[in-house]
Amino acid sequence: MNQETELIQPPAQVASKAVKGEAIIKVIDMHKWYEQFHVLRGLNLEVSKGERIVICGPSGSGKSTFIRCINRLEEHQRGQIIVDGIELTDDLRNIDTIRREVGMVFQHFNLFPHLTVLENCCLAPIWVRKTPRKEAEQIAMKYLERVKIPDQAKKYPGQLSGGQQQRVAIARSLCMNPKIMLFDEPTSALDPEMIKEVLDVMIELAESGMTMLCVTHEMGFAKTVADRVIFMDQGEIVEQGIPKEFFGNPREARTRQFLQQILNH
Amino acid sequence: MSDGKVNPVLPPPSLSVGVIGWIKKNLFPSWFSGVLTVVLGYFIISSLIPFIDWAILKADFIGESPADCTSEGACWVFIGTRLDFFIYGFYPESEHWRVNVIYLIFGLIIVPQFFSAVSARIKMILGVFGVTVFPALSFVMIYGSETFGLPIVGTSVWGGLTLTLILAYVGIVAAIPIGILLALGRRSDMPLVRALCVVFIEFWRGVPLITILFMASVMLPLFLPDGVTFDRLLRALIGITLFQSAYMAEVIRGGLQAIPKGQYEAAEALGLGYWQGMGLIILPQALKIVIPGIVNTLISLFKDTTLVLVIGLFDLLRAVQATIIDPAWRNVATEGYIFAAFVFWVFCYSMSRYSQMLERKLHTGHKR
Amino acid sequence: MADKRTTRSGGFARLWNDPTVRARTFQILTALVVVYFFWTIFQNTVANMERRGISTGLGFLSQPSGFGIVMSLIPYNETMSYGRTFWVGLLNTLLVSGLGIVLATIVGFIVGIGRLSKNWLVSTLSAVFVDTFRNIPLLLQIFFWYFAVLRNLPGPRQSMEIGEMFFLNNRGLYLPAPLPEEGMGVVWGVLVLALIGAVLLYRWARKRQEATGQQFPAIRVGIAMVIGLPLVVFLAMGSPMDWDVPELRGFNFRGGIVMIPELGALLLALTVYTAAFIAEIVRSGIQAVSHGQTEASAALGLKRGTTLRLVIIPQAMRVIIPPLTSQYLNLTKNSSLAVAIGYPDLVSVFMGTTLNQTGQAVEIVAITMLVYLTISLTISFLMNIYNKAAALKER
Repeated sequence: MNQETELIQPPAQVASKAVKGEAIIKVIDMHKWYEQFHVLRGLNLEVSKGERIVICGPSGSGKSTFIRCINRLEEHQRGQIIVDGIELTDDLRNIDTIRREVGMVFQHFNLFPHLTVLENCCLAPIWVRKTPRKEAEQIAMKYLERVKIPDQAKKYPGQLSGGQQQRVAIARSLCMNPKIMLFDEPTSALDPEMIKEVLDVMIELAESGMTMLCVTHEMGFAKTVADRVIFMDQGEIVEQGIPKEFFGNPREARTRQFLQQILNH
Repeated sequence: MSDGKVNPVLPPPSLSVGVIGWIKKNLFPSWFSGVLTVVLGYFIISSLIPFIDWAILKADFIGESPADCTSEGACWVFIGTRLDFFIYGFYPESEHWRVNVIYLIFGLIIVPQFFSAVSARIKMILGVFGVTVFPALSFVMIYGSETFGLPIVGTSVWGGLTLTLILAYVGIVAAIPIGILLALGRRSDMPLVRALCVVFIEFWRGVPLITILFMASVMLPLFLPDGVTFDRLLRALIGITLFQSAYMAEVIRGGLQAIPKGQYEAAEALGLGYWQGMGLIILPQALKIVIPGIVNTLISLFKDTTLVLVIGLFDLLRAVQATIIDPAWRNVATEGYIFAAFVFWVFCYSMSRYSQMLERKLHTGHKR
Repeated sequence: MADKRTTRSGGFARLWNDPTVRARTFQILTALVVVYFFWTIFQNTVANMERRGISTGLGFLSQPSGFGIVMSLIPYNETMSYGRTFWVGLLNTLLVSGLGIVLATIVGFIVGIGRLSKNWLVSTLSAVFVDTFRNIPLLLQIFFWYFAVLRNLPGPRQSMEIGEMFFLNNRGLYLPAPLPEEGMGVVWGVLVLALIGAVLLYRWARKRQEATGQQFPAIRVGIAMVIGLPLVVFLAMGSPMDWDVPELRGFNFRGGIVMIPELGALLLALTVYTAAFIAEIVRSGIQAVSHGQTEASAALGLKRGTTLRLVIIPQAMRVIIPPLTSQYLNLTKNSSLAVAIGYPDLVSVFMGTTLNQTGQAVEIVAITMLVYLTISLTISFLMNIYNKAAALKER
């Protein structure tokens, strides 16, 4: 067991908010190739509204590529992805609509370095949602308070620590009031002492009933928050299940091997 | 939902790969881009066909005199007959072999640098030879020396590509040591030394080379005591070296700045004096990372050597310029310029590729 | 030398081992050498000039020049002074540099963005442009355009022409010159009003956005207004503008504006050569903005154009502007190659003809260098201020 996971473990499992039967994301036999390389090999997944999913797997297993397909940062070549009733195709309007509803947090934060924290948060509401600036700023401040850094609003990202930057990135996504949040290894670029502050924000978000797809190796987080844990390897979903079963009694050899490596390291 | 079955690895759908996939992705990704492809394609084809027609299909390649240029195309015969002049200028034909020997040695120094099979040690030895013994040897061979039985050939008849190369080579080799001193001076703790170096560097970088060449040609003689005269080539070389050393200093300063502070401290902690620390620890590292920068300044210098024609030296461009007005030939200006452009391009382009290669190597070297 | 184990040492050795004393001694010695060097040069120069009977001073500037200049932006003839030739040359230098900077920037940005195009033909063609023109000496390119292209054009009688308005021949490019008539003042007035209106419109659009969130295409409408309104007024007033169209009289054209081939060749070569360098700067500037920025913008739902305008360009410009300014400086300095084809720039008329006629080498070389030095240092100074401001904002 590594120490950080122990540290962030809250006392009890966060109660599930998933609404059964209402699929907000549907992925049907989805394939993707990079040139000749077959990265995603027939993925199938249904995510209910309010469900929290943690995706794990060795590096190169295609887990990041998978969630990046969900808001079309990557194109898939075969199969279907349906988000909130809209299928992702080449149609730019569909892509625009979906991206408004899907927030994303990146491993390297990707904050805009030339804008202040507040401007980072207001940019999309103003230009995409056509929110009046005053209102956008109020919303931004609300979310900055929620991630506990309202006092940094006038600073530039370069003046903040990694953990603070990642929290700003989460606030920036929330300002668009998304229905779904995607997290692409949000803590793996952070120093150990900053991981907790980001995970705390994510746990709080989970409690509020947000639909979340999270690629992460923080198994403590998975145990506390996830409704379902998915294990991917070599471009396919090898195993999935509720955390208790997944960690307690993994069925596949590949899963067992992976869990052993990550938990004993 | 995994039942232990492994999904097969499939080839990508045909639309995204293959020739058609490539054309769709790279030439017609959107309708705007497609229109651009068609328009540009039309312009390229409609200008390339007449050019190939002129330069190759309808051109004259073989012959010895203007009379051999009978077709409508380019008259490459002209280049062939004047090739010696373009390479050696007025250098006496009976002595051409001396220049050729130097070209041969030069080639032996340069060519191995491009091959990774040659060990770094050999490259290093060749490089040091190239900046120390080689210039002296070249001077003896090209200028001549009574003691070795080589008749003196005055600098006034040097010319063509040989002169261009001499100007660039001397310029760069002489500028390196001066540049190092200036760069060290600009980073010195001594305010007076620093100020002098800043003034020197910023002055030569702030004025066009052509004004420096004018200065070297008309003002330098005034600076010298009565009776002392400098040869015209030497004056140009002094001007070029001053100009070049200012740029070199800035390149080397960049390298010195890139060396981590810990290296300076380590050198001091070992008890090395200033010059020992610089010479043994800092400069070897700094010079290694600025080699691409030095090659880039060499490229600029190589192109800038053409400016010496305004003070009457006979470099490659001037040699071309002087022959294309020969009334015996019909209008051969285009052929002449294309030839000169090609020669300069080959040198500059290969140097720039070499420097890009080094830069990539340095990058990966630092990444661990 | 004193015993090395103890720090006791004699008076001289102690001084020699004191770093401050050593540094001071060294600096004093350097100062002496430099002063001696310049003193010798000064002595030699004075002696040499006396021997050759060259008078010193700037008196020559008020003497009549006695030579004509093919192109001048200010009234000039050969009875005017050498001081006047200096200004004619300087203005010509500034003219060709200014035009060159504008054109090279436009071409350079197009080619630089083209290199990053997804269209293979566009990116390849841009790469070929850069690799070709960057690696051929500027002087050679000037000669090519001048001697092989422009001077080889047909004579005035066989000019190439477009609609009997524009003529191109070996004497230059002839354009119609505008002759404003009565009423043109109104058009200018409308233009000024439209400009003010556009600014107000832009402010209003921003206020409205802040209040209601509605976007208004203020920039596009503003540009349309600035161009459209004066045009409408111009046409409504019956085009109060006459054109002085160049006309063939005898062996040459009269009237209109002429762009001499020397200017044309210099401008073409400077534009193409500098554009190749600017293209590389633009490319690396855009590439310096990490791909993550584009992805983050896309994930937030920003459109491609908005992303470019609000996220990519502001960041890329910070990387681009410093080397871009140094290219502008290079272009200005390179415009001095004009002397090789006889375009009457500062170096050509002042350092060339004036120096030849007066022999005042020291003064003329010094003045010319000072002009370029002033331009260079001013721009570097402004650049330093910009860099400091940019660095302050980022961190």
